[in-house]
Amino acid sequence: MEPIKTFTSKTVALPTENIDTDQIIPARFLKATSKNGLGKVLFADWRFTADGALKPEFALNKPEAAGARVLVAGDNFGCGSSREHAPWALYDYGFRAVISTSIADIFKNNSLKNGLLPIAVDAATHAKLLAAPNAEVTISLEAQTVTLGDGTVAKFVVDPFSRYCLLNGIDELQFLLSQDAEISAFEKKLEAK
Amino acid sequence: MPRTLFEKIWDAHLVRAATADTPATLYVDLHLIHEVTSPQAFTWLRERNLKVRRPARTVATMDHSTPTTPRNKEGKIPVLDNAAAAQIAQLETNCKDFGIELFSLGTEGQGIVHVIGPELGVTQPGQVIVCGDSHTSTHGAFGALAFGIGTSEVSHVLATQSLLQNKPKTLAVTVEGQLKPGVTAKDVVLAVIARLGIGGGTGHVIEYRGSAIRALSMEERMTVCNMSIEAGARAGMIAPDEITFEYLKGRPRAPQGAAWDKAVAAWRALPSDPGATYDREEKFDAAAIEPMITYGTNPGMGMAIGAKVPAPANASDVKALAYMGIKGDEPLLGHKVDVVFIGSCTNSRMSDLRAAATIFKGRKVAPGVRALIVPGSQRIKKAAEAEGLDRVFTEAGAEWREAGCSMCIAMNGDQLKPGQYAVSTSNRNFEGRQGAGGRTFLASPLTAAASAVTGKVTDSRSLV
Ligand code: SF4
Repeated sequence: MEPIKTFTSKTVALPTENIDTDQIIPARFLKATSKNGLGKVLFADWRFTADGALKPEFALNKPEAAGARVLVAGDNFGCGSSREHAPWALYDYGFRAVISTSIADIFKNNSLKNGLLPIAVDAATHAKLLAAPNAEVTISLEAQTVTLGDGTVAKFVVDPFSRYCLLNGIDELQFLLSQDAEISAFEKKLEAK
Repeated sequence: MPRTLFEKIWDAHLVRAATADTPATLYVDLHLIHEVTSPQAFTWLRERNLKVRRPARTVATMDHSTPTTPRNKEGKIPVLDNAAAAQIAQLETNCKDFGIELFSLGTEGQGIVHVIGPELGVTQPGQVIVCGDSHTSTHGAFGALAFGIGTSEVSHVLATQSLLQNKPKTLAVTVEGQLKPGVTAKDVVLAVIARLGIGGGTGHVIEYRGSAIRALSMEERMTVCNMSIEAGARAGMIAPDEITFEYLKGRPRAPQGAAWDKAVAAWRALPSDPGATYDREEKFDAAAIEPMITYGTNPGMGMAIGAKVPAPANASDVKALAYMGIKGDEPLLGHKVDVVFIGSCTNSRMSDLRAAATIFKGRKVAPGVRALIVPGSQRIKKAAEAEGLDRVFTEAGAEWREAGCSMCIAMNGDQLKPGQYAVSTSNRNFEGRQGAGGRTFLASPLTAAASAVTGKVTDSRSLV
């Protein structure tokens, strides 16, 4: 995984609240057996009509959204199904961060393992971001800040371990594998019970 | 210090405690897997040359993308969709290569992953149970800590039988008193979610308590815990008691003989200690709960079945009602229904089918309505047929199907057509969840069956 440190990008805004993972990637696309290429079907039912044409009014389809790597969404983003296909699709499409006022638990965990930053900011910052779609923001994972065009700096928090892994491009499985001796000791205790 | 049920299980599974810089490492007793969220995890194991650490603690089944159409002449369930067939074949190969027990399509033990775990008795009190599926919370009904994980975490558990976790907060949902006739476990949990909201339980583990919860059967408790995730809570749990032990006793994988007595003695120590505290508590009066129905595009948008749809309060509500094609300030009772779906890990067990059958018996599905009854497992299918429930359904004009997730997730051929309205006993009414453009009202099996025979959203109490 590529390390994430600091990057600047324009945003794209989807102000709808409670965007669930069934919207991010509908279930009929979960028959994939790889994690690559899912960006094509990101928000499929919102981006495309039933016969596959682009819906021009949808925020991601507007020309000014092209190249945006930061998605700003309404409250409680990523609720519902645990499908990791949701962060895979967002990442594959090009997103590297999602900003909301709150992010659902499982989606947050899944995103952190896939180089997609789930960022919860205060309501005032969120309102500013929604009011100025396609503006540039700078995100620093080192400082845990989002800097807006007007100079506003909002803090966010990523748990220290996930932050360490993301900054260094390390994956969590390695850390778990290194605990082999402790896991074996735990299993011995369990069998003795 | 007095501890809650959650804290006792958490503490007992710590391989390594959390530090300021690292999360806790939690041991996993039981890992359930299915065809949709596991293929990539096995690919990563192969890429790194890793084995499954404890195949005996891993149980696999196929449910999400499998068809539920009746069997062909050879007694096989044909998989027509190529991508689904590939996924199913891959699970078979993965289980064979890594030595994992698999309940494959159409065999006796197959069914929805959250239905077969309890049915086999692999789900037990005090365990940590995970699965790449958000409704893993179902197993919390047994006094287990059970939660959904993503595919990366599936690979972690396969390789290490452990998981990195930050400790959640606790939320007590206390329901006291007696439910009115015609009010079911599904209505209880829909009422809880309607109050908490779809994000209200985020970061928390719910413990359901109180006299109304203790009075529920195991199947009803599973219905309640199942939908914890719809309030944002990763897990829901209920203290184990005699009802729990009674359900488990004699199940194929439950402890037997002396081991059973020893297990029960340990399970009796699990309930929260008197004086244990929760980070938050919500109280409900059971007698005030009505049959519930959802009107919007998330499970938190629910109301008493006789109520009027609330007027939209913000842009997201306006979008939801526009999708549903309904107006605020109007009742939902009497709204037309095209499809009725009775099934899913929420409501596909014997008691659900029996409840539905009380309505279908001697009645007919209304003209123009399609009713699907999908048992949660092959065992349930067999038991229901032995009781003659299948004939009650088919004589009424409903379809009796093979076991699986079916129209709950619509990735197996069972789905709504654009614009259709369904009353469903499943757990999600998100846009397109039951088929692109489809519109879902979530309710109990009683309400669903009553709506099937009238062709309109109906309070089952008006039929008896
Ligand atoms: S029945 Fe529905 S909610 Fe339950 S496991 Fe299957 S798809 Fe998921």
